[in-house]
Amino acid sequence: MQVVVCAKQIPDPANPYELEPDTHWLVRPAEQILDDTDRYGVEMGLQLAQADEGTVTLVSMGPAGNMQGIRQALAMGADKAVIVDDPALRGSDALTTARVLAKAIEREGFDLVIAGTESTDGYSGVVPQMVAELLGVPALTYATAVTVGDGSVTIHRQTAAGYDIVEAALPAVVSVTAGVVEPRYPTFKGIMEAKKKPVDTLTAADLGIEPSLVQKVVSVEPAPERQAGEIVEDDGDAHLKIVELLEKVKVI
Amino acid sequence: MADVWVFCQEADGAPTSLGLELLTKARELGTVTALYLGAGSDGAFATLGEYGATAVYHFDPGDELASGPVAAALADLVQSHRPRLLLFGQAYDDRDVAGRLAARLGLSVLSNAVDVAIDGAVTTRHEIFGGSQIATATVEDDGPVVVLVRPKSFPAEPVGGGTPTATPVDLPDVGAAAARVTGSHVEEREGPQLEDAAVVVAGGRGLGSPDGFELVERVAKALGAATGATRAIVDAGWVPYAKQVGQTGKTVKPDVYIACGISGAMQHLVGMKDSKTIIAINKDPEAPIFSVADLGIVGDVHKVLPKLAEALEARTGS
Ligand SMILES: Cc1cc2nc3c(=O)[nH]c(=O)nc-3n(C[C@H](O)[C@H](O)[C@H](O)COP(=O)(O)OP(=O)(O)OC[C@H]3O[C@@H](n4cnc5c(N)ncnc54)[C@H](O)[C@@H]3O)c2cc1C
Ligand SMILES: Cc1cc2nc3c(=O)[nH]c(=O)nc-3n(C[C@H](O)[C@H](O)[C@H](O)COP(=O)(O)OP(=O)(O)OC[C@H]3O[C@@H](n4cnc5c(N)ncnc54)[C@H](O)[C@@H]3O)c2cc1C
Repeated sequence: MQVVVCAKQIPDPANPYELEPDTHWLVRPAEQILDDTDRYGVEMGLQLAQADEGTVTLVSMGPAGNMQGIRQALAMGADKAVIVDDPALRGSDALTTARVLAKAIEREGFDLVIAGTESTDGYSGVVPQMVAELLGVPALTYATAVTVGDGSVTIHRQTAAGYDIVEAALPAVVSVTAGVVEPRYPTFKGIMEAKKKPVDTLTAADLGIEPSLVQKVVSVEPAPERQAGEIVEDDGDAHLKIVELLEKVKVI
Repeated sequence: MADVWVFCQEADGAPTSLGLELLTKARELGTVTALYLGAGSDGAFATLGEYGATAVYHFDPGDELASGPVAAALADLVQSHRPRLLLFGQAYDDRDVAGRLAARLGLSVLSNAVDVAIDGAVTTRHEIFGGSQIATATVEDDGPVVVLVRPKSFPAEPVGGGTPTATPVDLPDVGAAAARVTGSHVEEREGPQLEDAAVVVAGGRGLGSPDGFELVERVAKALGAATGATRAIVDAGWVPYAKQVGQTGKTVKPDVYIACGISGAMQHLVGMKDSKTIIAINKDPEAPIFSVADLGIVGDVHKVLPKLAEALEARTGS
């Protein structure tokens, strides 16, 4: 089985994000990490591929930088990576991103595409569905469990009330939630091997895509601040402060 | 008047509150058509009318996964009628249908909007970086624009319109893009619904263990409140996902939100920061949750919560 995992490199969320002053695009340093959301996809892909002697190919769009994030996913065990890095793609919206990913995925060939439900930096939350539509396959979304067998895929699809069981024939796109599987940590051997694994770098033109920007962030301003509240140290009676406030706002 | 189409999903036989919020907003923007996903009924269509829909397209995918066939059928309708704006919620089926529809028609999608306006162009407002900044975005296109709106961005208010005609929409066979829903599992829930509760008591990793969540449940019970949780303890398996509050969970705006052992990460704050009164208990005085709290208690949840529960139980005699 050929598994393709969408893996996004993002600025480390541990540091505050910054926007470029004119375009309001996210500043993307050379040093980017693998989006935590996609570690689950990589792990899921590895487990499904290993069960059936398949391969895992990573597909990514964005500035390659020093490729720390991609190496991280290769070190977990993915076989190869395709990264579409092109200055013309800066500021891409979700649809352009999906077009690029879908073309790259088609070029590689696939039985199953795995993505996260939403990225940590942009979280538009629609890229996997768009990719599925462009590829003409089903999007089995918000998976909390995934099994593959006999040319079909079955997931537990998270709902507001619990989950549904959803089934489709392969090929398909599956988006996985955090917690679908426990991602492995790369081993030393994995890290060494990752350095030798093939990474293809492509441009938009290589995929026959002409990027266009229709969406624009016009302005960004600070949100009105919430008035600072009262902070008290618990001296053993802090619960009484809470009771007092609950009385004041009339919920008790 | 602009034509505004609003996606409304059915839950327990009626439109969800998210759908009604969007209809309420859409009335301000133009003439409203509801896109209703579910089994449908006279009662449900009447509710859509009460909230301002003057026409309804009804999609009932049965046990097919909705997104493929509904997006395909909707794409045909959009192409023949060219509405100015399509509003969806930031919710599961909404995202699936909107994403596929947009890809099918080559439309840009504005996601996570908290407000939307049509003045020449369609413009939207987005809370970014955990709500510390507001971005204004626009799509330079006078064709249909697809916007996904976060829950609770607008109040749901009826206007008392009559029952609109509902037109059933034939769903095409989408062949290789089809998927089937073969089963459904509903998690058991005690107490009020998280999204609608007047008081929410929520817990995070600071509770220390799954047993720690019992303290949250005890306080919630005494207050008749719903319980909520951070993603950290949902992922750890302490509580079901249905309790998660935040970016990838539920958005709540209760009268009172009590955060117990919650650090206040950006992705948690976006789901609860608009609560009327926020109370936080955290042992770290630097915890970001205190920046949104009306009352912050620097202390140990294991000490404060049992006493709080006792005090509340003593009042209600439970
Ligand atoms: C604050 C902010 C707000 C934004 N709002 C919007 C908006 O409203 N509408 C819009 O169209 N764009 C928006 N963008 C731009 C959007 O984030 C980018 O287009 C991004 O490239 C793709 O969308 P996403 O990360 O939001 O995808 P999501 O749909 O959230 O991502 C889901 C999954 O798709 C896969 N994936 C997504 N992008 C990539 C990638 N580049 N490489 C590999 N896999 C990927 C990953 O598996 C990911 O987990 C916004 C960006 C920022 C920073
Ligand atoms: C794409 C993405 C989406 C996300 N979506 C969500 C979401 O929807 N909802 C969500 O909640 N998170 C979400 N997160 C995760 C979020 O970033 C945080 O990791 C999470 O909210 C932290 O949960 P927490 O506050 O329980 O844990 P921690 O951050 O570990 O905080 C625990 C807190 O408890 C305090 N504490 C410890 N012991 C005690 C004690 N005895 N008494 C009192 N206080 C104590 C500590 O001081 C600390 O502040 C998302 C993350 C990503 C990347």
